[in-house]
Amino acid sequence: MFFESIVFLPLIGFLVVGMFGRQLGDQTSQILTSLLVSIAALLSWFAFADVALGGNKHTVHVLDWVNSGTLSFSWAFKIDTLTAVMLVVVNSVSALVHWYSMGYMSEDPDKPRFFAYLSLFTFAMLMLVTSDNLVQMFFGWEGVGLASYLLIGFWFKKPSANAAAIKAFVVNRVGDFGFALGIYGVFLLTGSVEFDVIFASIANYEQTEIVFLGSQYHAITVICLLLFIGAMGKSAQLGLHTWLPDAMEGPTPVSALIHAATMVTAGVFLVARFSPVFEFSPFALTVVTYVGAATALFAASVGLVQNDIKRVIAYSTCSQLGYMFFALGVSAYGAAIFHLFTHAFFKALLFLGAGSVIHAMHHEQDMRKMGGIYKKIPITYIVMIIGTLAITGVPYLGSGFFSKDMIIEAAYAADRQGAEFAFVLSILAALMTSFYSWRLIFMTFHGKTRADDHTFDHAHEGPWTMVIPLLILAVGAFGAGAFFYDAFVGDGRFAFWNGSLITTAGDVLDAAHHVPFAVKAAPFIAMFLGLFIAIMFYMRGSDIAQRTAKTWDGLYAFLLNKWYFDELYNLIFIRPAFWLGRMFWKRGDEDTIDGFGPNGVSSLVANVAGRVRKLQTGYVYHYAFAMIIGLAVVVTWFMTQSGTH
Amino acid sequence: MFLDSFPMLTLMMLAPIVGSLVILMINHKDQDIADRNIRSVALLTTITVFVMSIFLWVGFDNNTADFQFVEKHDWIGDSISYYIGVDGISVLFVVLTAFLMPIVVLSSWEAIATRVKEYMIAFLILETLMIGVFSALDIFLFYVFFEGGLIPMYLLIGVWGGANRIYASFKFFLYTLLGSVLMLVAVLYMYMQAGTTDIPVLMNYDFAPGVQTWLWLAFFASFAVKMPMWPVHTWLPDAHVQAPTGGSVILAGVLLKMGGYGFLRFSLPMFPDATHEFAWLVFALSIIAIIYTSLVALVQEDIKKLIAYSSVAHMGFVTIGIFVLNPNGIEGAIFTMLSHGVVSGALFLTVGVIYDRLHTREISRYGGLANNMKMYAVIFVLFSMASIGLPGTSGFIGEFLVLNGSFAYNSWIAFFAAFGVILGAAYMLYLVRRLIYGPLDKDDVKAMPDLSLREKIIFAPLVAVVLWMGIYPNSFLDPLHATVENLIETRFSNNVGHAAQDVTPDAAVGR
Repeated sequence: MFFESIVFLPLIGFLVVGMFGRQLGDQTSQILTSLLVSIAALLSWFAFADVALGGNKHTVHVLDWVNSGTLSFSWAFKIDTLTAVMLVVVNSVSALVHWYSMGYMSEDPDKPRFFAYLSLFTFAMLMLVTSDNLVQMFFGWEGVGLASYLLIGFWFKKPSANAAAIKAFVVNRVGDFGFALGIYGVFLLTGSVEFDVIFASIANYEQTEIVFLGSQYHAITVICLLLFIGAMGKSAQLGLHTWLPDAMEGPTPVSALIHAATMVTAGVFLVARFSPVFEFSPFALTVVTYVGAATALFAASVGLVQNDIKRVIAYSTCSQLGYMFFALGVSAYGAAIFHLFTHAFFKALLFLGAGSVIHAMHHEQDMRKMGGIYKKIPITYIVMIIGTLAITGVPYLGSGFFSKDMIIEAAYAADRQGAEFAFVLSILAALMTSFYSWRLIFMTFHGKTRADDHTFDHAHEGPWTMVIPLLILAVGAFGAGAFFYDAFVGDGRFAFWNGSLITTAGDVLDAAHHVPFAVKAAPFIAMFLGLFIAIMFYMRGSDIAQRTAKTWDGLYAFLLNKWYFDELYNLIFIRPAFWLGRMFWKRGDEDTIDGFGPNGVSSLVANVAGRVRKLQTGYVYHYAFAMIIGLAVVVTWFMTQSGTH
Repeated sequence: MFLDSFPMLTLMMLAPIVGSLVILMINHKDQDIADRNIRSVALLTTITVFVMSIFLWVGFDNNTADFQFVEKHDWIGDSISYYIGVDGISVLFVVLTAFLMPIVVLSSWEAIATRVKEYMIAFLILETLMIGVFSALDIFLFYVFFEGGLIPMYLLIGVWGGANRIYASFKFFLYTLLGSVLMLVAVLYMYMQAGTTDIPVLMNYDFAPGVQTWLWLAFFASFAVKMPMWPVHTWLPDAHVQAPTGGSVILAGVLLKMGGYGFLRFSLPMFPDATHEFAWLVFALSIIAIIYTSLVALVQEDIKKLIAYSSVAHMGFVTIGIFVLNPNGIEGAIFTMLSHGVVSGALFLTVGVIYDRLHTREISRYGGLANNMKMYAVIFVLFSMASIGLPGTSGFIGEFLVLNGSFAYNSWIAFFAAFGVILGAAYMLYLVRRLIYGPLDKDDVKAMPDLSLREKIIFAPLVAVVLWMGIYPNSFLDPLHATVENLIETRFSNNVGHAAQDVTPDAAVGR
């Protein structure tokens, strides 16, 4: 019952509060859901100790799900180290976000619904990470998509929130399209959708080819690329990233939990979980590397110029996910999950900190209307600084240094195609990360305030339910990197991962520990340079930022408009879809099919009937004559027919 | 076993007739009292039939492909007999029919105020005929039920329908009749060839390949219209839009399933060679249907039309699943039909709820219902998610199995069909956004009350079934296995062989 409790406690919270929230009242609903998730979080740490540190593995069968032909799978849990890490991340952040939300959402009239959704999300995410087969993972995958949809559109009276919610769901469906085809491919190849069976037999198919869309390809490569499309959708990688910035329409705790710490890392988890399969397809890994590196740079470049505090962090998330992906691409799986782990803490911290700022500023999110508030909300300021130290990778002063630099070094050390590309881009992205992160701090907290007097005077820290989660996350953001370094990516990693990821002696992580000093120094220099430019731009009270934007107005507009992806997609997908729909409807169904079909026939019938009516003279002998003629024709026909026999 | 000798199916068909006779005799000078009694009798009758269908399901032996609950009596001459029974393919359709009927009666409780007596009698007769279609084992008997069902439905649309009901009912009638006439010719020919109208015998009869082609096409004409498949689908949106809510529920829930059932009962086992020959045609039409009608659904302004078009798209998955001829595909197709029966029925009921309040189906007249109809909003979003095929709901299982089966057959099919999954999310969520979300700024919409107790009672079992089918679908899959396996083995493993090759992974995967 231990692992069942971890997964199903949030579900119970969702069901009880979802159905009886109004009867229970706000207070009870909040406390009930938060308590249940907190218990699950506590149990998760026990599970972590048992599985990751104790070296145990568990499988739990809950219920049969589907049997059809040779296809069969169950509701079942597979608990290994990878899952245990995710359990800890998901439940801890979720519990903190639950408590934080009590303060943040205190003025919202719909609290039970909000907390029910949060718990629903937590449950779906847990199903995703504990799954022992691809289909249950897909259940969790779409389940978190549903929760994300509901939470982005939580303030459903806002048209922009509704639009963002639909966009998130549909863009994710594009990814799921690939994921689903990938599942079918896996089943076709291995005859199973269960992880243990797939991983045990995958080596037999190393050379196998498969016919996909009319051509023969390397089977494992096809499968991996299809699954990766799913991962790209959920983790907002370049091309399928457009939903993530818009998802910031949701309440800020949602952004912290779903769109930073947990759900968006599901794609990383998927590839890591499938590392035994990806290892057989260097080409697929190369694709992962390129996409990840390109996303890291692209998102960071857009983050440079955004003015909405949440959007800056959203693009930062997108960029950091890119780091995780190219780490996977160069087979540094441990490093990718390590960054996922540390990122969950510092990014949740940054988002909740931003929430605290927004809370203090009366729901203002535009950084151009902030500034100078560090004195007003010193705790938020300090934790935001801690988060920024972590994300920019200041040596030893934050967890990001340990995980991000590990990834960059692995990219340098790897000899896979695309690794050099990733290395160069990651250094550039590190510079940009440092710039936009410090820019956020400077614009928000420093300088003279640009807020109106009333807002500025009334700026204040949130209640303790908001402050304590911030402090806990700050501890994680500061210390998680150093504390877990050895287990995730150091010499302890073999025992730690215990086969849940591909870890071999002499792999890329080993090589990454022995890169030249210049390589180790490069991210530090980039980080420092970014900080330096940010200070020059925003701390000296000059208008250098505005002047730069004016000088490079084309580039500035390009970045500000997010490389025009939305406009492009609107032009080539959305408008044509509506145009086609209208054309099929009006011209296809109504004019062509109905026109020639029923309506055409009926007007033809009316026409013919009109003529036939003229034959109906009413004289019996006319009819009799017609009958005789007809009879004669029929008889003649039969006689000639029988004559031929 | 006791249940086996018990004439369960006959009783299930007889009960609605008895019920309608009783209704016929109800006369009271106070029309309200009379109507209430009529409704109560109809409800009681349909519940009785539903309870019997539960016994049918429980008593059904999952381990055999043989027909069960068989009854056979001479009827017309030597060859045509009253011969009924169910196998794994049909048993759940009988249950589905019996399940939806009490819900339909309840949903018409207040919505139908004129000619209540005739309305309920039409529905009860329709129930008899629908059960007859799924249990007939004599091809003439089948034809009688199949065609007979048209008449009450035609009346339901034509008498209790919307403003443009005459056009819609004629379109419905002519379209479906045209297809059936060809089928009748084929049935006559088959009788002359095989000398029997016995379906189980015909299922194992080998028609010459050249003959099969024509017979297959004749049956196809009828079933494709019923499905409906593109391009003979245009009667469906009109019929749905004009039909009363109860009529839409039965139309989408049960009548559309007769096409798919017909393919499985006749086209596949009786004409296996032609089935292979024409599979490409079915795939092409189905893929066009999925993408085309999904796009059309995206731009609809009438709620019922939108759901009607989405039905056509979903039926595209069904026809694909049937003709990929592997267990996943066929079981997925049957499951999709069952799921669609519940989900689209439920969606039409949700439309009925707001139609009863505002008397319009125009999407733009609504908006912001989540503000004042919270329970309704939850239910509507839930059924929308089931329609989208969210895992955990019934919609997912069928779609997943069909696509899995079709990927094994030919990845192109799965590739194109899967676009329907993306588009389905787009048009459904767009509908949800326009109806449920957004600000509540129209005065007449503000005045709409949330679900009444009667409406909650209607939706509760539907919600339960949608989740049950999604979480533990084996209850619905287990009865199918033996029959589907038998169908594939006897008709599609030895003589042609290519289907079997495609479904086994090792054969499709070459070094």
